[in-house]
Amino acid sequence: MRQGQLFRVTSIGVTWFWLGVFALLPNIALLLVAFLDKGETDFFIPVFTLNNFEELFSPIFLTVLWDTVRLAVASTLVCLAAGYPFAYAVAKASPRRRPWLLLLVIIPFWTNSLIRTYALILIIGAQGMMNKALMALGLIASPIEVMYTDLAVFIGLTYTFLPFMVLPLYASIEKLDPRLVDAAKDLGASSLRAFWHVTLPLTLPGIVAGCMLVFLPALGCFYVPEVLGGATNMLLGTFIKNQFLVANNWPLGAAASSVMTLLLIALALVYRTVNRRISGRERRGDMFVSGVEGGA
Amino acid sequence: MLRVVRRCYMWLTYAFFYVPLLVVFVYSFNSNKYTTAWGGFSLRWYKLLLDNTAIMDAALNSLLVAVSSATMATLVGGLAALSVKRYRFSGRNSMYAGLLMLTLSPDIVMGISLLILFIACKVELGFFTLFIAHTTLCTPFVALTVLARLAEFDEHLIEAARDLGASEAGAFRHILLPLTAPAVAAGWLLSFTLSMDDVLISTFVTGPSFEVLPVKIYSMVKLGVKPDVNALSAIMFVLTLVLVLTAQAMLQGKKK
Repeated sequence: MRQGQLFRVTSIGVTWFWLGVFALLPNIALLLVAFLDKGETDFFIPVFTLNNFEELFSPIFLTVLWDTVRLAVASTLVCLAAGYPFAYAVAKASPRRRPWLLLLVIIPFWTNSLIRTYALILIIGAQGMMNKALMALGLIASPIEVMYTDLAVFIGLTYTFLPFMVLPLYASIEKLDPRLVDAAKDLGASSLRAFWHVTLPLTLPGIVAGCMLVFLPALGCFYVPEVLGGATNMLLGTFIKNQFLVANNWPLGAAASSVMTLLLIALALVYRTVNRRISGRERRGDMFVSGVEGGA
Repeated sequence: MLRVVRRCYMWLTYAFFYVPLLVVFVYSFNSNKYTTAWGGFSLRWYKLLLDNTAIMDAALNSLLVAVSSATMATLVGGLAALSVKRYRFSGRNSMYAGLLMLTLSPDIVMGISLLILFIACKVELGFFTLFIAHTTLCTPFVALTVLARLAEFDEHLIEAARDLGASEAGAFRHILLPLTAPAVAAGWLLSFTLSMDDVLISTFVTGPSFEVLPVKIYSMVKLGVKPDVNALSAIMFVLTLVLVLTAQAMLQGKKK
């Protein structure tokens, strides 16, 4: 018995130790630094100030934030619009092919995003495949310059994060009981109506999870805009990185990162609410289906 | 009709995923210095990489960090999964929520918060800080992979073993470990992949004397398209491919 107790205490203790010291503590430190003053020689000095948060309302930072959120929202929505039918097609493929199709999504999910971003240059660059193809077809006379624009960053974010949208969507679509859709149709609903009232609400957890997995990393990922975008528009990730590695204004960088943490918490709460509502509804759905079967 | 459209759309999306990677792969064998024209098959860019001591050193450093942090993350993540699944204790839900939040937390925030911790504790940036940071990054992924496996697991097996006189450690070694071994191994491989690929966190916690491959690749990529970067990218992609395929085979294989 004592040995078992030791094992239990070790498991829980090691986990709490690691999470506490290397996840919770650093985040508390980050929050504290956001309220400190920047020093002349030190990265931060123990003087309380609200200046860093005040600076977040400066036009410079608001422009950075607006550009970042706009691009991140746009790529999240496009990933959702493109990813949903794709995830649906994969989920509805024959059971024999499905694992292979899924594997083909998992591979880009784990492939280094920096390398995928780099690969994109060979496609959308001035000398890239896209321009060559369009010119060979005679559609354009001279290469289109997509690189170093907002459009390039948008394409890059969408390309990079699409697998992050597809996997949770796939999981929720695959889990959906097709009998529920059939039941709606039997009761006279059109395909569109059945999708809108049954499929969509029941896959909402997947939608929210996918949006979180695209939107949150898109906010802070500095290499996509730095590799594909121009120097004109700085985005949040680069802004924070510069405060830490170039400008040595850690308190401002820490304050800027709090925006991301706040958005993370907000989205996590949305996810929890949606998930709770669905699990309640699913239980009712099960009852409904078994009732139909019982009657037949 | 709809089925054809659906299928076409599906394969177009796959093309969107893979064509850029395929182009890099093909161009890495292009003997021409400029990617604009094909100059015949050649391995010269791979040879150039092997001769580049800065890259080889960075690759070696990365391997060292990846192996050690993946091992540590497997240990901590495995214990975390065990704690959440097996034991009832106050704060269990918080532990699970903490693991979930950690996977969702933007990498850059993890990077800068750990940097602050290391500097505040006057820890020199280098191998040790990368090891800690990558372990923290990978731990929740291992924990969630193992938890997914444990979800299918029948708790009564352990109780039966305990009733038959097995100690807690014995039950763990003879029942839990063999059952979760594929997930644990897959967790290790995925952690290794994560560590080898991480740019966002490594940028902050790496030291000037200890360069790692992803950060090195990043400094090269910023300068634009280069044939040796093509070759390096191709190698990294193939490495990921092998690791992920092995991990998936382990997760799928023993399920039946």
